[in-house]
Amino acid sequence: MAKNANTPNQKTMASNHKVGTFLATALFAVICFLIAFPLLAGLTASFRPAREIFQNGMSLNLDFKSWTMHNYTYLFTKFLNPSTSDTTALADSQKYFMWYKNSLVLTLTTVVLTLLICYFIAYALSMYKFKLQGFLFFMVIATMSVPFEILMLPLYQEITNLGIINTNAGVFLPGLCAASTIFFFKQYMTSLPKELLDAARVDGCTEYGISVKIMMPITKPAFASMAILCAMGSWNNMLWPMLVFRDTNKFTLQIGLNTLLTPYGNNYDLLIAGSMFGIIPILIIYLIFNRYLVDGMTSGAVKG
Amino acid sequence: MNKAKKLLYSQKVAPYVFALPFMLSLIIFWAYPLISGIVMSFQDVSFGGSQWVGSAHYQKLAKDPFFSTAVFNSVEYMVLTLLLMIPIPMFLAVLLESRLTKAKGAWKVIMYIPALTSVVISGMLFRLMFSEGDGSQMNQLMQAIGKASIPWLKSKGTAWCALLLLCVWRWTGVNMLYFVSGLKSIDTSIYESADIDGANGVQKFFYLTLPLLKPTTVYVVTISVFAGLSMFLESFMLWNGNSSPKNIGLTIVGYLYKRGIEKNDMGYACAVGVVLMVIALIINFIQLFATGTFSIKKKED
Repeated sequence: MAKNANTPNQKTMASNHKVGTFLATALFAVICFLIAFPLLAGLTASFRPAREIFQNGMSLNLDFKSWTMHNYTYLFTKFLNPSTSDTTALADSQKYFMWYKNSLVLTLTTVVLTLLICYFIAYALSMYKFKLQGFLFFMVIATMSVPFEILMLPLYQEITNLGIINTNAGVFLPGLCAASTIFFFKQYMTSLPKELLDAARVDGCTEYGISVKIMMPITKPAFASMAILCAMGSWNNMLWPMLVFRDTNKFTLQIGLNTLLTPYGNNYDLLIAGSMFGIIPILIIYLIFNRYLVDGMTSGAVKG
Repeated sequence: MNKAKKLLYSQKVAPYVFALPFMLSLIIFWAYPLISGIVMSFQDVSFGGSQWVGSAHYQKLAKDPFFSTAVFNSVEYMVLTLLLMIPIPMFLAVLLESRLTKAKGAWKVIMYIPALTSVVISGMLFRLMFSEGDGSQMNQLMQAIGKASIPWLKSKGTAWCALLLLCVWRWTGVNMLYFVSGLKSIDTSIYESADIDGANGVQKFFYLTLPLLKPTTVYVVTISVFAGLSMFLESFMLWNGNSSPKNIGLTIVGYLYKRGIEKNDMGYACAVGVVLMVIALIINFIQLFATGTFSIKKKED
């Protein structure tokens, strides 16, 4: 049919295609603008006087004359001007970077421990045949079908009784078995040849040696994908840490920022600049490791 | 000693050693709280100890007007987000993967960015955009089309616009990427043979793409159902706390938080949690049966 197509028809088809291309690409450009808009608005708002944001909300006003760096110099007082006589500014700045540090420490611990536990259970499930295998796999699925919010209150009591309330352990311990992470590792390892294990065994490597010295390096891409997803989740986690932490100096960045959003609006300079600065670490990781992230995130959606 | 060591290093015991941290964590931080939550829902829990009250909490829940508001809001939010967050991302994914769209990579990267922001930051941005003053973005838009300013977050219709927009803003890109990866797993030769048979674009979408995307759609629907039902922080951020005017932003988890944490009424709050779990399980079962996931699983085995 294509060979016998007459030229006018081909021409209209080609021009239809061009119009379609233009419309589709323009649609995505508009959507991306709308999606970027709140963040851009937040960014411009962070360069405006805080009082104005509190009174008017974020505005579409792009009057460059009233732009100010004040919110950021205030945020970075600790580094820029440590000997200032403005003690509130110094205290606020110190408080903010303490939260920042707390978030970094908590995120790192959570990522390392979660990945290790999930890797080893996935390794057992995909490399061995044993009695409890089916049951354990069923339990992994079962944990997925109970939303965390339901466990929240009993867990809160349990953590209190165990005496780890108000500590990092209280935050990360209940979240170490991440079903999606286990699935991803399992799927990744099932596709690897089992002969590798046998060869290593013949060479005298122990079961534990194989899992650490041979399998871990091979599954590096899976570790990268899961590390990014886990880090994002932990950095942005809010509900559970909000219950566990009580001292202001133990807060993570997200809880800290939330306490700044008061009806009196006295902290908006710290809030708006601090929020924008709080997105940066995640954004950098995302832009560098974008490919790993998409792999890790979408694997569950294809195989179901 | 040597024998024990040998056993520990054998292929029979090794998998249990690997699975041990998971099993411990599962028992201590999943099974135990799950069971104690169900038990507590039949008790009055206080500092002195707990008292068995039978089904009193559930009877009270059935008559509690705040709880019915919360259930209604959560289910309404879930339904609305499903209606928005399945068709739109699916359409965008099909369009993005078609030959028509240029610069695909850039759009994908940008559309995922909102998902990187935390609820605190995105909630604050939307709260400021929808604030009631004449200078806020949304009210400036209203003025531009000749309407008066609106106190957006004070009545249900307008406040839910903000709430749903927040959800659409954060998750459209994510759901679209799910569908894109689903589309990529479809064998393109199917489309080629459809072309030879003279199928048009609409036919190809409804007779090929839609059925072949089913595993992805089931996955996205499942996570959206859970996320919708257990929504809490979005409303918590938008109204700067757990109380909204006339409870327009009260959800099941919000009510659970209010009773359990703010009012320290653990038993009653656990009953709320159990009801939420039952609703989630029922919806999940209906959906799995309706989409025939069970029969697919059997075939795979």
